[in-house]
Amino acid sequence: MKSQTYRTTSRPRRRLLAGLAALPALMALASPVFSAGPPTAEVNTTGLAVTDDTVQVGILHSITGTMAISEIGSVQAEKLAIKQINESGGVLGRQIEFVQEDGASDWPTFAEKTRKLLRQDNVAAIFGCWTSASRKAVLPVMEQFNGMLYYPTFYEGLEQSPNVIYTGQEATQQILAGIDWAVKEKGAKTFYLLGSDYIWPRTSNKIARKHIEKKGLKVVGEEYYPLGHTQFNSVINKIKLRKPDVIFASVVGGSNVAFYKQMKAAGVDFTKESPLLLTISVTEDEIRGIGGENVEGIYASMKYFQSLENPNNEEFVAAFKEAYGDDMVIGDVTQAAYLGPWLWKMAVEKAGSFDIDKIREASPGIEFKKAPEGYVRIHENHHLWSKTRIGRAQTNGQYEVVYETKELMEPDPFPEGYK
Amino acid sequence: MKNSSPVKWLVSREGLYYLALAVLLVLVLPALLDSFRLNMVGKYLTYAFVAVGLVMCWGKAGILSLGQGVFFGLGGYCMAMFLKLEASTPEATAQQSTPGIPDFMDWNQVTELPWFWEPFHSFSFTLLAVIAVPMILAFIIGVAMFKRRVGGVYFAIITQAIASILTILIIGQQGYTGGVNGITDLQTLLGWNIRTDEAKTTLYFVCVAMLFLCLFVARYVQNSKFGRILVAMRDQENRVRFSGYDVASFKVFIFCLAAAFAGIGGALFTLQVGFMSPSFVGIVPSIEMVVFCALGGRYSLLGGVYGALLVNAAKSGFSESFPELWPYAMGALFIGVVLAFPNGLAGLYQRYVMPLEDRLFKRGKSGDAGNDDAALSGSLGAEKSS
Amino acid sequence: MFADYSTTELMSIFAMQGFAGLSLFSVFVLMAMGLAIIFGQMGVINMAHGEFMILGAYTTYLTANLFENYLPGLFAGYFFVAMLLAFLFSAALGAFVEWAMVRHLYRRPLDTLLATWGLSLIMQQAYRSIFGAREVGVELPQWMMGAFQVTDLVQIPINGLFVMIIALSIALAVYLLMFRSGWGRKVRAVVQNRPMAEAVGINTAGVDRATFALGCGIAGVAGSAFTMIGSTGPSSGQAYIVDTFLVVVFGGAQSLIGTIVSAFTISQSQSTMEFFLSGSMAKVLTLLTVVIILMLRPEGLMALKVRR
Repeated sequence: MKSQTYRTTSRPRRRLLAGLAALPALMALASPVFSAGPPTAEVNTTGLAVTDDTVQVGILHSITGTMAISEIGSVQAEKLAIKQINESGGVLGRQIEFVQEDGASDWPTFAEKTRKLLRQDNVAAIFGCWTSASRKAVLPVMEQFNGMLYYPTFYEGLEQSPNVIYTGQEATQQILAGIDWAVKEKGAKTFYLLGSDYIWPRTSNKIARKHIEKKGLKVVGEEYYPLGHTQFNSVINKIKLRKPDVIFASVVGGSNVAFYKQMKAAGVDFTKESPLLLTISVTEDEIRGIGGENVEGIYASMKYFQSLENPNNEEFVAAFKEAYGDDMVIGDVTQAAYLGPWLWKMAVEKAGSFDIDKIREASPGIEFKKAPEGYVRIHENHHLWSKTRIGRAQTNGQYEVVYETKELMEPDPFPEGYK
Repeated sequence: MKNSSPVKWLVSREGLYYLALAVLLVLVLPALLDSFRLNMVGKYLTYAFVAVGLVMCWGKAGILSLGQGVFFGLGGYCMAMFLKLEASTPEATAQQSTPGIPDFMDWNQVTELPWFWEPFHSFSFTLLAVIAVPMILAFIIGVAMFKRRVGGVYFAIITQAIASILTILIIGQQGYTGGVNGITDLQTLLGWNIRTDEAKTTLYFVCVAMLFLCLFVARYVQNSKFGRILVAMRDQENRVRFSGYDVASFKVFIFCLAAAFAGIGGALFTLQVGFMSPSFVGIVPSIEMVVFCALGGRYSLLGGVYGALLVNAAKSGFSESFPELWPYAMGALFIGVVLAFPNGLAGLYQRYVMPLEDRLFKRGKSGDAGNDDAALSGSLGAEKSS
Repeated sequence: MFADYSTTELMSIFAMQGFAGLSLFSVFVLMAMGLAIIFGQMGVINMAHGEFMILGAYTTYLTANLFENYLPGLFAGYFFVAMLLAFLFSAALGAFVEWAMVRHLYRRPLDTLLATWGLSLIMQQAYRSIFGAREVGVELPQWMMGAFQVTDLVQIPINGLFVMIIALSIALAVYLLMFRSGWGRKVRAVVQNRPMAEAVGINTAGVDRATFALGCGIAGVAGSAFTMIGSTGPSSGQAYIVDTFLVVVFGGAQSLIGTIVSAFTISQSQSTMEFFLSGSMAKVLTLLTVVIILMLRPEGLMALKVRR
């Protein structure tokens, strides 16, 4: 696919540039275009792959294997952001070049490729990872070689690394707002928690349960199914038996498709909102596989929907479709991945340097006013302040935004009781 | 094939093949590769342990296990538990609500170290467990199945189901096992930082040494009378049984041996990679391990080692430059190996390269060990495909 | 857990739970039927079985798109066409695979496992290249969605019922074909004694190819039916493989009736356990029980005594 062409062009070019650097500095003096930015020695004191007019970054996602389905949107968004930054003049006068590596849905491969990106390619930043497992595998390497990772997925929290900027929401941002909304607007009193069996749904449901019980409301069931499970009839019966007001769902992957199709077949009409289904895992991307007609009427609690109405988002959606085709949909994570390169660029410019330590210092407080989701700001804890929205799924596969928190939600990766 | 003195053995043809592998792993690769690549080779070598076990169990004894990932994983998890406990000192985990237990337990509101974690505070226990835990499980499975004469395809499918069960269990019990993320962020072994380049290089050499130890054990078993019985059993099980041998016990033993090798491989994997996760336990990795062995040559111990090295190197190389093409190549490799050269690389070598060697030797030109990089086990000649 | 419910409520729940078990049963029968023929009758371990199912699913997806664009009036009936096409495509590919690969390996059953695993990798990647890595949504005609309202509380999903009917018809068809037709007699003759069958003039190579193709074709129909209840993506087929093999082995590999009995036993116990326990634990317990029973009774539930 695109990856190879990009990479094969970028590598020889680097070698060429290295060769050029050997030419007398006279050339640079003669043509001032070359030194639009500050001199390399000043902005790069740690040996990153920065030359007078380029800077290298890494993109690290799964292009093959089971996770490729989910990660492709993020790769596209990151490339788009890089292209736009380059068109607007680059970072500190340098054009961004990227090295793309394939994590192949295999966690040691992610760690290996991170080592390669940081040690062989000396990239200035890495945009990548999707699953928690891949991030956990990469994390020790990032910390050992002092790299900077921009991680796009909404995730379970319980982590705060000096070498990661989390551009997706952590669990409390998504969940607390969603449950508050269901209680306040829909009068929900009883909840049924359902998820795939791994860390994110389990942690999310723990946070949800705590929050629900603190309000004096009731959790009437909590259930997990192995990843890839496709038979949900028994749990559907259980749900019918317990009659919850809200099904709080964090089912992922192929199981999602089976779950919603079987709910629908079992005569559950989500548009009647009894029970109401609130999900934190179904973005527009997933709906394509499930089919809009099967999820009509479910609610999702996230920070971004493609249908958000604001000028930034309209511009972003148009650019994305122009680059990748009109039938593209953009989900929450894709948007978060798009933020990565921009937030990095702003941190570099604020710090006036590509050095990782300076970027880390500069990052908190950075505001991105052109974010498609409206506005984000980096918190001291490396997560983003962002609003949470509730969307209602429609048959055309888009969400209609029905609610938005008034204030930015504060990221709280270590909520009370989890420290 | 038995040789009276080690020196004599070393200059025999088979000895030279082993020497060539040693030269390749100890001298050539470390000289050619930087520490990053060398670490990758070290990771591939851990799969070679499983492949050697499979050669014994599948090639020699005819028992195909599709659950070697289980034993690899158990060995790896035992090591990971020890390293995680070492990393989770009360000081290092002071910010947790229960300091002194691994971080993922704290996130899951586990407030006390589970009983089965306790013994892993001890390094000697861990070393024992790395071998013993896989062997005990293999023993239970083996006794239950072989005593009832379950074999062949049935055995393969049941071991596959066991791999699937273990994966679901590990993922489901995340408070005790780290769930799908596995046990991560392992830093030191008895205070020694295993993340530095020097440590990784040292671990690589440890891995090579252990591999040779396993190879010699396997070779010893293979060349003993016991090994002969295994081969006889593979080809004509009933005749061996009627000759008065207890076939089931032989199978149980060899299956346990393969499990122990896999466990050692798993432990070394954890040390070199720095974490362990259920994705190395399940069905897919287990089948891939069989492929390493099949490609190298299922009847040849050294073939298994080369198979593991080559397939993994090809995987990294291919997936770096043509990620989309890799699955096609891998698939074609499987089919090709099975259809065209069922004895794997070792078979090819034996058929095409060995005659050349013979001619060279006859002309009196001494074969230099350094030229034998692609050398494979010479013990192959005695056997035929089943 | 039942204290708070009235008797009628409980009755309806049990009725629906019984139905859930039955629909899991029909899913298992569909998955296992094709494999029971290939594995049970021919001894070939087809690890690409799941991928043949997904071929049927993608065929259904393409047919749905075709009808939507060119024959919107007939959309309601497209599913039957799709199932037929799914059968044909999968059977044709099956026949090709048998010719190119499997027939060389009849004496080495464990090697068929490796070769077909390779095949499954290739097929998965081919789906990925052709249809993209994402799952595709297969749209169903209106009449297949929704449920029969039997009483206030009891609802019978139409597509579940439909899957059940397909499963039973296929089981019946296979039964008639294998036990009530001349061709079936030949197949059984080949299974039970190949040299003798050859000696009496049966074209064993032809029988093998047709049997393999039939098994793959049934897998295709199963995949087509599963678009109603499951996901269709390049790697969706992987999810079925372990369950399918266990059902077949548990039933006693060479007995088609055994396959059905075992599908029934496993599905009922799994769905009952899922109701009382959490999903993950139910799955582990089911698998574990099956494995333990197989250790005690390796020939499976219904063994066919064959002289080898």
